[in-house]
Amino acid sequence: MQVSNSYWTLFCNVYRKDVTLAFRQRAEIVNPLLFFLIVITLFPLAIGPEPALLARMAPGIIWVAALLSTMLGLDKIFRDDYMDGSLEQLIASPYPLSLAVLAKVAAHWTTAGLPMVVMAPVFALLMNLEPQALGATVLTLLIGTPLLSFIGAIGAGLTVGLQKGGILMSLLVLPLYIPVLIFATSAIDTSIMSLAYSGQLAILGAMLAVAFVAAPIAISSALRVSVS
Amino acid sequence: MWKWLHPYAKAERAYQLCNTLLPYFAVVSVLSIVVGWIWGLAYAPADYQQKDSYRIIFIHVPSAILSMGAYSSMAIAAIVALVWQLRNAELAVIAIAPVGAAMTAIALITGAAWGKPMWGAWWVWDARLTSELILLFLYLGVLSLYHAFEDKKAGGRAACILAIVGVVNLPIIHFSVEWWNTLHQGATITKFDTSAIDPSMLWPLLINILGFAALVGAMSLVRLKNEIMQADKHRPWVRQLVSRG
Amino acid sequence: MQIEGPNGAGKTSLLRIISGFARPDEGNVLFNNQNIAEDYDNFAQSLLFIGHRTGVNLQLTAYENVQHWLGVHGYGCTEDEIYSLLGKLGLVGLEDVPARTLSAGQQRRVALVRLWLNQAKLWILDEPFTALDKRGVAMLQGRFQEHLDSGGSILLTTHQDLTNSFSSLQTLVLEYRH
Repeated sequence: MQVSNSYWTLFCNVYRKDVTLAFRQRAEIVNPLLFFLIVITLFPLAIGPEPALLARMAPGIIWVAALLSTMLGLDKIFRDDYMDGSLEQLIASPYPLSLAVLAKVAAHWTTAGLPMVVMAPVFALLMNLEPQALGATVLTLLIGTPLLSFIGAIGAGLTVGLQKGGILMSLLVLPLYIPVLIFATSAIDTSIMSLAYSGQLAILGAMLAVAFVAAPIAISSALRVSVS
Repeated sequence: MWKWLHPYAKAERAYQLCNTLLPYFAVVSVLSIVVGWIWGLAYAPADYQQKDSYRIIFIHVPSAILSMGAYSSMAIAAIVALVWQLRNAELAVIAIAPVGAAMTAIALITGAAWGKPMWGAWWVWDARLTSELILLFLYLGVLSLYHAFEDKKAGGRAACILAIVGVVNLPIIHFSVEWWNTLHQGATITKFDTSAIDPSMLWPLLINILGFAALVGAMSLVRLKNEIMQADKHRPWVRQLVSRG
Repeated sequence: MQIEGPNGAGKTSLLRIISGFARPDEGNVLFNNQNIAEDYDNFAQSLLFIGHRTGVNLQLTAYENVQHWLGVHGYGCTEDEIYSLLGKLGLVGLEDVPARTLSAGQQRRVALVRLWLNQAKLWILDEPFTALDKRGVAMLQGRFQEHLDSGGSILLTTHQDLTNSFSSLQTLVLEYRH
């Protein structure tokens, strides 16, 4: 037995565990996607199937649906580890808790955000989105969904110790999602008009960079409170 | 900082400090709100465009400013609570939150009431009103998170973390909403601009802002006193206080 | 050191405070004259904690659980070593089934494998004998002796009396106070 002193090992182990678990219960990956699809289906039924109207509303609908379906998996991100004591073991590990948290957020994005990015073109077609906006849709989801995972994990960390944390978590997290929603939909809107949308993407990227640094600290202090 | 704060880390001293400060805040707030409202509502000249309906400004603007002021004081208390691990600062966060939420609600209601004669609708997705609404959500988040915890100590710390996360996000939210608004709407709201306000209206407004600030301070102090007593309800000094009173 | 006391006396709370999960209302926890709150990760290097909730994931297999724990704590170990240890603890043939199909005592054993796989000086164990059979208890106490002989310390709570006699045993009795 030797001591392998590597942050990378920790990151990989935590990441691999969460991704493995998600793939063992495939419903965890598939259900949010189905939810995404169903929410999108509801809109044409509610407001009418007129292609022009749908195309006008598509960016907003796709993004609201994306917000809601990432919320589905958020509650689970720390819940099982809290219940079975793995969270205590992570805290009692000699490595920084924020690193383990980063791995867990990355795993959440891989299983919740990434499938949405991949499926986005299909949903965009369903909503009759202009073809030139496809790139913007995929790009905003690619930058925006990790941001959703980071922000959402703060809420999940704060509420993991509570009996019924799920609804409360959405109340905490959704207001914080507003900037992401605004810039992402505006980027898609701009791309529909065939204008440059790199500004909005840059702002999303900047927010992601800030979240990458700051969110793990907030999440790990939230987890320490929840475990105490 | 630490040396200066240290004595107030003790609940009893903090309680006494609240007692000392409370009368000043109360007197200032009652005086300035009475003077400000009489001056503003009865004596200040009517607006040439909005006639008398603009007078709601004397409630709307102070409450809107204080809703944000209270949030920043709450966040400062939260940072102090987490960095120096002061339980009293945690209690201050919990004490300020409902007062700030009330200010936000007042700002929203008066904003809507003002919007009816001005824009012909109770609610318009104006940037400031929208930001204010989101601010209310953030306040409610802090409050409901605190109340969801059975262990109030953990709840207090969780609320502090959320308050800090909120204050980091607030400028981003505000900026994004502002930007969203200019993108989607024309400038229908320049009438709201208070920069070119006449001194005869400005003075009562400033007095009202002072009054509201003192009111927020006074109400937070009363709540802080209660929170400290509740947290320490089994300590001898609280028992003594209660049996004496 | 063994901590005794009736239910609700605060045994678990004490262990959680010493392990640094909960914060004391007053005072500090010192380890080697260092406040553990100041450099927690450094303290964690010397700490092995197994609580009521053992940290065994029920969806993962016994082998995966051990593997994951090793990775999280920075210990490296070959596959053979893990399998032989799992065998030693009576989990032969059960290494590759999800832990949820194991009995309570077997799940506890999966967690206790860690006692053979760490270099921590201080073990903090909350009711380690729960659900273990006699053989398991005896084996565990044998391992305790080895750890003590190599200069380590153990802090544990238990309702059972220790059957082995440990020469350096100290007992702290917590009483319920109104």
